[in-house]
Amino acid sequence: MKVRVFVSLKNGVLDPQGRAIHHAIEGLGIHGVNDVRAGKMIELDVDDTVTDEQLETMCRQLLANMVIENYRIERLAA
Amino acid sequence: MTFRSAVITFPGSNCDRDMADALEKVSGTGPHRVWHGDADLPQNLDFIALPGGFSYGDYLRSGAMAARSPIMQSVIAAANRGVPVLGVCNGFQVLTESGLLPGALLRNAGMNFVCRDVALTVENTQSLFTGGYDAGQTILIPVAHHDGNYFADAETLDRLEGEGRVAFRYAEEVNGSARQIAGVLNAAGNVLGMMPHPERMIEAEQGGTDGRALFENAIKALASA
Repeated sequence: MKVRVFVSLKNGVLDPQGRAIHHAIEGLGIHGVNDVRAGKMIELDVDDTVTDEQLETMCRQLLANMVIENYRIERLAA
Repeated sequence: MTFRSAVITFPGSNCDRDMADALEKVSGTGPHRVWHGDADLPQNLDFIALPGGFSYGDYLRSGAMAARSPIMQSVIAAANRGVPVLGVCNGFQVLTESGLLPGALLRNAGMNFVCRDVALTVENTQSLFTGGYDAGQTILIPVAHHDGNYFADAETLDRLEGEGRVAFRYAEEVNGSARQIAGVLNAAGNVLGMMPHPERMIEAEQGGTDGRALFENAIKALASA
């Protein structure tokens, strides 16, 4: 099963990368973009034996830093 | 008494030699060099240093992979037993990622890598690491980092300040760090993480000696303990 983990910065955590991307978008001459936040997506291919709880553990202990980031797990149909 | 220290080298560490050199020059005894894959630390260490660099290529987050390496489990256990641990730059990032210190180090607010000498204000003079300085003293120590923007929630920051755990503060704006924090201590005072590099200010040839007192005081305090 494919699993996608989306990691994003918590609200209130400054995202200078997102700000730089925002600036670059404006440089393209496209207006109307109000805010940009950059995160990361991690794709895992896991056996059916991997439990939801194990996925949560991976996210909390490694894939996301809970001091600054949130995560969301998305399971993709095989 | 022989001073028994260790410098941990991760793949991508690049300040481990500077750290080892500083420890040897100040204490008179070279540190054990420990590789990240080693399961165990040498016995009866007086001092552990986590050096600067880009461990594991900063993959995932700075310090994230190193914090979960085999040797760090031994470092965490040693720190919890009270062994002094100094983490500089990437070493600071490893300490926050491993949970030995609160907060996190984000990308510099200005997006740029910052590499220059910066003035620091010594905030805490009660710890093993900072007892050789005067309260409010300004010292000049170089920084060289991309992810040095210290972040913690307001409650944590208030607690750190209230407990005197802010060791050093930038005397000028450097990287966007919350309350200009440059270095923090753990609750017991035996773990210090800081972005600036005291090991690069040991001898006059390096442009200054303001980092020397940190090592001298720790070594002196441990020798008399």
